[in-house]
Amino acid sequence: MTDWERVRDDFPELQQTMNDERLAYLDNAATSLKPTAVVNRLVNFYQQENTNVHRGTYQLSFEATERYERSRELVKEFIHAQDQREIIFTRGTTESLNLVAATYGEQNVRPGDEIVISLAEHHSNLIPWQQLAIKKHATLKYIKLNPDGQIDLDDVQQKITPKTKIVAVTHVGNVLGNLSPVKKLARLAHQHGAIIVVDGAQAVLHLPVDVQALSADFYAFSGHKMLGPTGIGVLYGKQSLLEQMPPYQFGGEMIEDVQLYHSDWDQIPHKFEAGTPNIAGALGLASAIKYLQKIGMKSIQTRDEELMAYLLPKLEAILGVKVYGSENPSQHIGVASFNIGDLHPHDVATALDMEGVAVRAGHHCAEPLVHSLGVNSTVRASLAFYNNQEDCDQLLKAIEETKEFFNGGLR
Amino acid sequence: MGLDKLNQLYRAVILEHAANPHHYYVVPDATNEKTLHNTTCGDTVNVSLHLDSNNRITAIGFAGQGCTISQASASMLTDVMLGKSKDEALAIAKIFSDEAIGKKHSKEELTELGDARVLTQIMEFPARIKCATLAWWALQRALLTEPGKEDHSD
Repeated sequence: MTDWERVRDDFPELQQTMNDERLAYLDNAATSLKPTAVVNRLVNFYQQENTNVHRGTYQLSFEATERYERSRELVKEFIHAQDQREIIFTRGTTESLNLVAATYGEQNVRPGDEIVISLAEHHSNLIPWQQLAIKKHATLKYIKLNPDGQIDLDDVQQKITPKTKIVAVTHVGNVLGNLSPVKKLARLAHQHGAIIVVDGAQAVLHLPVDVQALSADFYAFSGHKMLGPTGIGVLYGKQSLLEQMPPYQFGGEMIEDVQLYHSDWDQIPHKFEAGTPNIAGALGLASAIKYLQKIGMKSIQTRDEELMAYLLPKLEAILGVKVYGSENPSQHIGVASFNIGDLHPHDVATALDMEGVAVRAGHHCAEPLVHSLGVNSTVRASLAFYNNQEDCDQLLKAIEETKEFFNGGLR
Repeated sequence: MGLDKLNQLYRAVILEHAANPHHYYVVPDATNEKTLHNTTCGDTVNVSLHLDSNNRITAIGFAGQGCTISQASASMLTDVMLGKSKDEALAIAKIFSDEAIGKKHSKEELTELGDARVLTQIMEFPARIKCATLAWWALQRALLTEPGKEDHSD
């Protein structure tokens, strides 16, 4: 059994105050906090192990290469990929998705083809496809959502057709916290000869991920949303697809042989990792994975569900608070988006800030989805396993006080 | 700290402007106008105005939706700018923009901001500076665009 209160000691950022109040960090969907182990890993690399990878002829560089490649293996195990060559290190989810659009998409999408995404997408899993569709004279289609924020499976049947080349969906929505039926979508996509790209940015901190069980062709995520450093991310791709794809960028590290007027590319994954990679980032990500694995993703999933089951009904019970998406806590993976009456989310977030509660206010980089809720923006509270009931209570109390403050002042 | 500090930000005059904004309309025969977006929340503000042959603002309005701070700020702006010449308006807008980036002005200069001088306390809330300044930037951009010509610089 994990002692969740002791877990909090691993995150020194939680020990501070904000505006002289106890800090309730509820912006985990934007970025997670970093445990000491991850920070120490970065320090140790830069202080003791700093050399480049894949090119040195001396011991230190050889070791750095080994550690970098060992990180790849850990990522492979973490998401249950078949082969570590299917793991490409990127800057983050955004770059991972852009990579797929710029290589696989560029190569395979033709005029008249269809790209199908859902209305729940973050801009990073929307704009690359929107721009690819414009460039290729292809059609971009949006899967509708049910009133509770779930992907409408009837609409999926209409939208995915034999013309569909790419289906791109989020695993867990960043505004509503809904879980997409990835397996079903993958089956339909594959039946029609399309591939499926999954945005896992919001899933990796909360769920055990198995890319093979999901039948995902590509799976993208960021290190910084799962306790790792910023600037490191992952693109998983099926080996057979990666091998057929052209490189994303050109330069050192990704070549096998360079002539004056011709070059041959290195094998995967190096073909997609031009230039000196984020070595410290990869090691930090590996350290984050080890930390998560020590607690266990199943255990973390249960913890997150318990916290949301505590918070959501209490949030919904506050007079004037509207929570978006499902009424069911299990369909709010880490995330609850809400508004308080007609108070503007920025006004609310400033008031919560004064009470030590860190939340996000805005459109959460998902404008089409937020507009579909009939609003311009929302307040978003997002949890991680190191949050506790006290954080939830602090938010609930601050909401009550915010209501009082503005209603008292306005009316 | 709690919500006491909020009173500094949300003074009664600000809440009043937000609840009952002044000049909330699009000037029908506008010579200059500009819409700006606050990319963090998706809010928009449109400032439209009419400059007469003497370069004086004879009508000004704002439209759009946003938080208390952005709406109040736009409302206060229209109060201050109505009747000012283009150069006067740009000078006043500069005082406000300067305050937002931490450049201080004299008491006399701040008086020119009218009700909006209370908003210069926004400095204490860095996350909200953009809410307060959006309308003022829109005004600056509208005035610096030649009448009849679209500003495509964003």
